[in-house]
Amino acid sequence: MAKEILRVEKLNKFYAKQQILYDVDFSIAQGEVLALLGPSGSGKSTLIRCLNGLEEFSTGDLFFDGQKMVPTEKNWQQIRQKIGMVFQSYDLFSNLTVLENIVLGPIKVQKKSRSQAVQIATRLLKRVGLADYLQTYPRQLSGGQKQRIAIVRALALHPEVMLFDEVTASLDPEMVRGVLEIIKELSEKDNMTMIIVTHEMNFAEQIADRVLFLEDGHILENTPSKQFFVNSQTERAREFLESMKF
Amino acid sequence: MDHLGTSVLFAGNNFSRLLGGLWTTIWIALLALLIGLILGTFLGMMRTFKNRPVRLILRLYLEFFRIVPTVVLLFLAYYILPRQLNINLPAEQVAVLTFALWVAAEFSDIVRGALISVPKHQRESGLAIGLTHWQLFRYVLLPQALTLELPATINLATRVVKTTSLLMLISVMDVINIGQQIIEANGQSHPNGIFWVYGLIFFFYFIVDYPLSLLAKKLNAANQH
Amino acid sequence: MDTNIIQAAIPKFIEGFKVTIWLSLIGIIGALIVGLICSLLQYFKVPIVSKIISAYIELSRNTPLLIQLFFLYYAFPVIGLKLSATFCGFIGLTFLGGSYMSEAFSGGFNGVSNTQIDAGKAIGMSRRQLARYVVFPQGLSLSMPALSANIIFLIKETSIFSVIAIPELTNTALDLIGIYYRSNEYLLMLVIAYAIILIPLSIVLTILERRVRYGSFGN
Ligand SMILES: Nc1ncnc2c1ncn2[C@@H]1O[C@H](COP(=O)(O)OP(=O)(O)O)[C@@H](O)[C@H]1O
Ligand SMILES: [Mg+2]
Repeated sequence: MAKEILRVEKLNKFYAKQQILYDVDFSIAQGEVLALLGPSGSGKSTLIRCLNGLEEFSTGDLFFDGQKMVPTEKNWQQIRQKIGMVFQSYDLFSNLTVLENIVLGPIKVQKKSRSQAVQIATRLLKRVGLADYLQTYPRQLSGGQKQRIAIVRALALHPEVMLFDEVTASLDPEMVRGVLEIIKELSEKDNMTMIIVTHEMNFAEQIADRVLFLEDGHILENTPSKQFFVNSQTERAREFLESMKF
Repeated sequence: MDHLGTSVLFAGNNFSRLLGGLWTTIWIALLALLIGLILGTFLGMMRTFKNRPVRLILRLYLEFFRIVPTVVLLFLAYYILPRQLNINLPAEQVAVLTFALWVAAEFSDIVRGALISVPKHQRESGLAIGLTHWQLFRYVLLPQALTLELPATINLATRVVKTTSLLMLISVMDVINIGQQIIEANGQSHPNGIFWVYGLIFFFYFIVDYPLSLLAKKLNAANQH
Repeated sequence: MDTNIIQAAIPKFIEGFKVTIWLSLIGIIGALIVGLICSLLQYFKVPIVSKIISAYIELSRNTPLLIQLFFLYYAFPVIGLKLSATFCGFIGLTFLGGSYMSEAFSGGFNGVSNTQIDAGKAIGMSRRQLARYVVFPQGLSLSMPALSANIIFLIKETSIFSVIAIPELTNTALDLIGIYYRSNEYLLMLVIAYAIILIPLSIVLTILERRVRYGSFGN
């Protein structure tokens, strides 16, 4: 059994008086890939944003590498270097070139030397096939290119866990594959631990070890992926899977 | 005994005179706004038409008012109307006219901006059901543009109110002019009076404009959603 | 229209022109500095200070420059604070413009999208680093249109300084009209003088706005 990296215990989240997440419990082990599935509005984004402190949770505990997370701003800044995140809207910094986007974290946050950071950036960009775009500004890139660079920006900090929130949802269909392949390679070659929110069911089925199925803020299933897609435990999950097919 | 000079404000009929001046200020602002907004609506609509000469002329009209400071506009009207055009109007009416033309220029740009930001398919669906251009403006575009343009319009109103402070320059008996008369009349007995009179006028302007800007800010925030 | 009169007045107008430019320049620089400082203090929500700044901004924006000037020039001497007309002009323009510029900067900073800020947090940046590398550069470019509108506005507002006898353009023209009783020529020259300042300036500012617009592209 691989070592546990992240554990969530009894996490509850409210917006004002409205409860969004109810007693969420789960954990993820080193190298594991977790697909977080569920209908729109079920709380998937809110949940993964709680994991790196972009949302405050109301009650509950978070353990990272066995250590209980004390949610102060300083601690979050530390943890976020170990938990990379990629968003649906890419959100490269529009005022910076591709290279500057990638080296900003390593240089300013991790205090690496510039030459070291540039080296990391170039290596990663080569890997995603975008080595020629170092000096380009984000607005000159296609969505698929931006998203691959956003992944590189997160990887440049050498995170232990990666969070992906519907990273292909804004892409034109022909761009989706390139991005998904990078994520898949991350799991297969680098054994990266990942939590993936996606509506690409085929992709989830291929890549995930386990599925968390969320509805209305409740985790209804925490099932090995093989079982989930063939024989889900709950009626709701079966309906959800059915609705995703044509 | 008056160490402070506040008594200047309430001596004789000073306070009611100041209020009277404030009223002059307010009605000039209101009338100028009313005329300017109506005129500006038409000019703004015309600036969305295809006709190039019309658009050019209206654009120049706007740019003229953008470039020339309001003080200068007032003096232009004040000197040119009687001397060149032989139109002798009381100073209040000169002011209303000038401000109204200025408001119309600024408002035409607000209206135009709001109109062209109404999505194109709204215009096309309107035409598709057989509306005339005028009906399209009246029933589709203007109502949609209205919510967009309201904050900018209120801000324009606050600017008009502030600009009325220039009325004294062309000898309108506005609140500032009356304030100065009071200051002069009481300068010997109450040297500190000047502080209180200007303070009160400052306050008058503030209580007229502050709620308006607050409203504009609220509406603007609401529009962002 | 008498061209001789126009020619004879040109030197005077050039003097006024210089005063207007000079006053605008120092006033706008003052306003930009005050505005930037205020907007930064508000951005970082410095306790108490940001409340005071809000009050200043509302007072300054919701009262006419003319009254602000009268206070400085006529009322302050009564409490022993006598300032020269030009200095009043500088302070007045800075006091008025500072609030406008502050709102322009704040508008830019607040206009930076939340998703950009999330992206910055997600790579572990501190609030200060975020401000320095993401919010301020993008916010400044977003605030450019408002800043340039304010610059034009403040230059036009210098015409109000004619009332405290600063010999800028408007004051020069009104003086000449008073002396020679020729309004057409002098008013024409006055309008042209403002056009000479403002038309090229607004063209330059528009070009500048286009240049720095990257911030508004979001992605
Ligand atoms: N900032 C917010 N304020 C209030 N409610 C929110 C906010 N963000 C999300 N929600 C609500 O939380 C619920 C979960 O949203 P989200 O996590 O985005 O769902 P998902 O990512 O699964 O589509 C939704 O009902 C949404 O309306
Ligand atoms: Mg979501």
